Amino acid sequence: MATYATNEFRSGLKVMLDGDPCSILENEFVKPGKGQAFNRVKLRNLKSGRVLEKTFKSGETIEAADVMDMDMQYLYEDGDFWYFMEPNTFEQHQATETAVGEARQWLKEQDTCVVTLYNGSPLSVTPPNHVELEIVETDPGLRGDTAQGGSKPAKLSTGATVKVPLFLDQGDVVRVDTRTGEYQGRVKD
Amino acid sequence: MLVSRAALLAQIRHFFAERTVLEVDPPLLATTSVTDINIDSIVATVEGDSHYLQTSPEFFMKRMLAVGSGDIYYLGRAFRDAEQGSRHNPEFTLLEWYRGGWDEFQLMTEVEDLVSALFHSQHQAELPVSRLSYADCFAAVFDLDPHSCELSQLQKLAAENGSQSWRNESRANCLDLLFSTRVEPQLPEGLVFVYHYPACQAALAQIESCAEGYPVSRRFEVFLQGMELANGYLELTDADQQRQRFEADNAVRAAAQRAAMPIDKNLDLAMRAGLPPCAGVALGVDRLLMQLQGATSIDRVLPFAWQRC
Repeated sequence: MATYATNEFRSGLKVMLDGDPCSILENEFVKPGKGQAFNRVKLRNLKSGRVLEKTFKSGETIEAADVMDMDMQYLYEDGDFWYFMEPNTFEQHQATETAVGEARQWLKEQDTCVVTLYNGSPLSVTPPNHVELEIVETDPGLRGDTAQGGSKPAKLSTGATVKVPLFLDQGDVVRVDTRTGEYQGRVKD
Repeated sequence: MLVSRAALLAQIRHFFAERTVLEVDPPLLATTSVTDINIDSIVATVEGDSHYLQTSPEFFMKRMLAVGSGDIYYLGRAFRDAEQGSRHNPEFTLLEWYRGGWDEFQLMTEVEDLVSALFHSQHQAELPVSRLSYADCFAAVFDLDPHSCELSQLQKLAAENGSQSWRNESRANCLDLLFSTRVEPQLPEGLVFVYHYPACQAALAQIESCAEGYPVSRRFEVFLQGMELANGYLELTDADQQRQRFEADNAVRAAAQRAAMPIDKNLDLAMRAGLPPCAGVALGVDRLLMQLQGATSIDRVLPFAWQRC
C-alpha cells in the first residue's frame, strides 16, 4: 500500500485517516527550537465532508487513499442511481444519492463532471463550474423591464431554483455558477 | 526589506557596543556539531572529510568564554537541516550572547531591553511584557502539572490533540506537541518569557529542584506575539554532566536508528578547564524582523527566499 511521508504533504493529497479517505487542505510545518518537529494538517473527510485538524510527527507516514478524480460524462438517473461514463473506455459507474449529494440539482445529461472514485466506486461528484439550463417554471416575463435590478425565482430543468432577472421567461436558457448557485447570464440560441 | 534588515542589524550591534559586549565571529564549518535529538546539522565535505555547518555558535562561544573572553555576542548565520516552513529556513540569522556571572532572570531583563528598544524604534504602541513559569502556562490550559504528572496522562492528551501515533511518544515530545498547539495560542499578547522548562527538556541548562520538590531546568523561551523568538539558559558548567547529556542524546539517536554525532572534544576540554558561570540566549533575527514588519512568512524578510536560492 502506498504511503506518504509528512514532507510530501501538500494540499489536494488524498490520504486514509481512521478508515476514511481524506483530502489535505492545509499543511503547516511546526517546530519548537529544541523540540520535535511536526506537521499540523487540515483535512476534509471525503465521506462526511467534515473538516478536521491533526498533528503528525514530522517523518511519520500515512497511508495513501485509493482516491482518483476523473472527468466523466453524466448519462442519466434511474431513481436509485446516477450513471456516469468514462469518455475513453466508455466504462459506466453508478453513483449513490449520497455520493451525488448537492450536485444532483445541476446534472444535465452529457455534461462533463468530476467524479471522485474511492476504491473504484464514486465517492463524490463535482458538477461543472458553469452549467446552461432551461427555465421550466417562472412567473411570466415583464418585457421592457431589462434595466431594473429586480429578480424572481425560476425553476430549471434539473430541479434547481435560482434567482433570475424579471425579463426572463419559461423556455429561456440561463448560465448558472454551480459553486454559488447564482445566475450568470442568458444564453441566446 | 533590505533597508529594514540592515537597520535592525545595525541597531543590535549598537545595543551591544553600548553595553561593551564584544562581537565575535566563530567558524561556521567544524568537524563536530550538536548532539540534539531534534536538530539536524547539514554536512559539508571539505577535502573528502565531513564537516558540519554550525546550528548555533554555542560550542565555539563557550570555548571562548572558558579562556576568559568575557561577555560576547554573535550576529550571523546558522544552519539547520530539514527545517523549512513559514517560520523556518534552513539558513537563518541568529543572535546569540553570553553574560558572565548572570542568571537567566537577569538575561531575560536584557532580552526585554533589546526587544523593547527595537520594537519602539518602529511602533508607538505599548509592548506588554510578562513572565510566566512553564508549569503555570501549562496548568492554565490542561489543569495538570507538567513536571509531576504521569507520562500516560501526557500521551493520552497528545493523542487527543495530535493523532493516535502519539500514544507511545516520549515525555518531551508529548509536551512539545501540547505546548505548541494548545498552550502557545493562549499566551498573553506582547513579549512573553516562559521559564523553568521541564527537566526532560533542559538541553544545556542547569537543573534544580523547584519549590514543590520536582526537578526543573533553568531554561527559558521568549515569545513575541505568540511566535517563539529566543531560547536561553543558565548554562550548565559541569563537564561530566554535559558529557552524560551528549551521550544520552546519542543513545536516543541510536534507538531511532539515526547516526550518532561525534562529541566535541575541544568543548569537553574547555569545560574541564572551567566554563565560568554564565547565562546565554539565542534569538532568531529573521523572526524578530517578521514581527516588527508584520510579515506572515519568513520568506518576506529574507534577502532571497529559499525557493530562489
